[in-house]
Amino acid sequence: MTKSSNNAGATANLGATAKRASFASAAVSWRQCTAAQTTLSRGIQSCRGARSVMLAAAGLLALLFARPAQAMHISEGILLPQWAGLWFAASAPFVIWGVLAIRRRRARQSKYMPMLAMVGAAVFLISCMPIPVPLAGSCSHPCGTGLAAILVGPAASIIVATIALAFQALFMAHGGLSTLGANVFTMGVLGSLVGWSAFQIIRRLTGSILLGAFAAGLLSDWATYAGTSFILALGLHGQESVWSLFQVISLAFMPTQVPLGVLEGVLTAMAYVFVSRRRPELLLSPDAPQGAKP
Amino acid sequence: MTPARRRIITIVVGVLLLGGALYLGVMHTHGGWAGVDESVVEKFSKQAGRPAQKPLINTDQGDLLLFVFLLGGTVGGFVLGYYFRSLFGSKEQEKNAPDA
Repeated sequence: MTKSSNNAGATANLGATAKRASFASAAVSWRQCTAAQTTLSRGIQSCRGARSVMLAAAGLLALLFARPAQAMHISEGILLPQWAGLWFAASAPFVIWGVLAIRRRRARQSKYMPMLAMVGAAVFLISCMPIPVPLAGSCSHPCGTGLAAILVGPAASIIVATIALAFQALFMAHGGLSTLGANVFTMGVLGSLVGWSAFQIIRRLTGSILLGAFAAGLLSDWATYAGTSFILALGLHGQESVWSLFQVISLAFMPTQVPLGVLEGVLTAMAYVFVSRRRPELLLSPDAPQGAKP
Repeated sequence: MTPARRRIITIVVGVLLLGGALYLGVMHTHGGWAGVDESVVEKFSKQAGRPAQKPLINTDQGDLLLFVFLLGGTVGGFVLGYYFRSLFGSKEQEKNAPDA
């Protein structure tokens, strides 16, 4: 009786051990399976990410490939050396201000540099993307500095514009090295400061960041072209008065730039509202609106 | 009307409007789609006797400029997409976020 009960107990123990072993092996294989699934899903996610990046890049390429940019930058050699030098001198303090502002912001805000890199790439692409305007039968490009100014601050936006314009002047036959100071002044300094000021004023008056961002895009674009007209009038007026030549050049820009400015305003408003909804903490800095809502 | 249907209708109407505007523009415009640097800046500079000079590195030769723009677009698009993803993440990541 005792022996048989001992045998039964041993058999039961063996059975329990075998069960535990099979559970353990099942658990191990389950863990391996889960790990494999995780790796697979990560792979799929990274594939999806790569696919979306490729799609975005392909879309941008399709837009850019259509035609080399023919736009508003003042071309090489148009300005006399003294005027070109004057605009370099006028832009230099703003560029130094921009470098110092970026250094300060980088120390305070950890995500500032990725944001600046993203905005820089956007300004580069936007400012060499010719858009056909059917009303005028001509092409021109938005500037992107209004958007940059309200996203990363006006000082950093000047640096972003300077880098984009330098690349375009060096490698894309777009603008010029001797006229870089003038182009930085119009697109970088005027575009950024006017866009930033318009955003601040409209946001305070109406309480809407949507309207503020629209005004920033619209007015920064128009200010850039008004600045270009003024610089050309100042440098090329000869016997004519500066004011009359400024009016003539501004009027010549108008059929293309008026609709394009509206388009830039819409794009700026959409981009700013997207960032403020998705990652508002990226905007929380002394140069950006605090807790503003669309 | 379901949101998906509304979205499809919006996209179709948008594409038709854009296509129509482009078609009308192409068919009825005689401007030749010149850039404003050519039609405005260079026009006034020629009138003033200071025509534009060739750039220091002249890539405006044949299809070289297309290549440079393509390269610039590729690099710029990659940088934009890379930092956009690092700052904003994907929709899947946003859904799986702990505070979502």
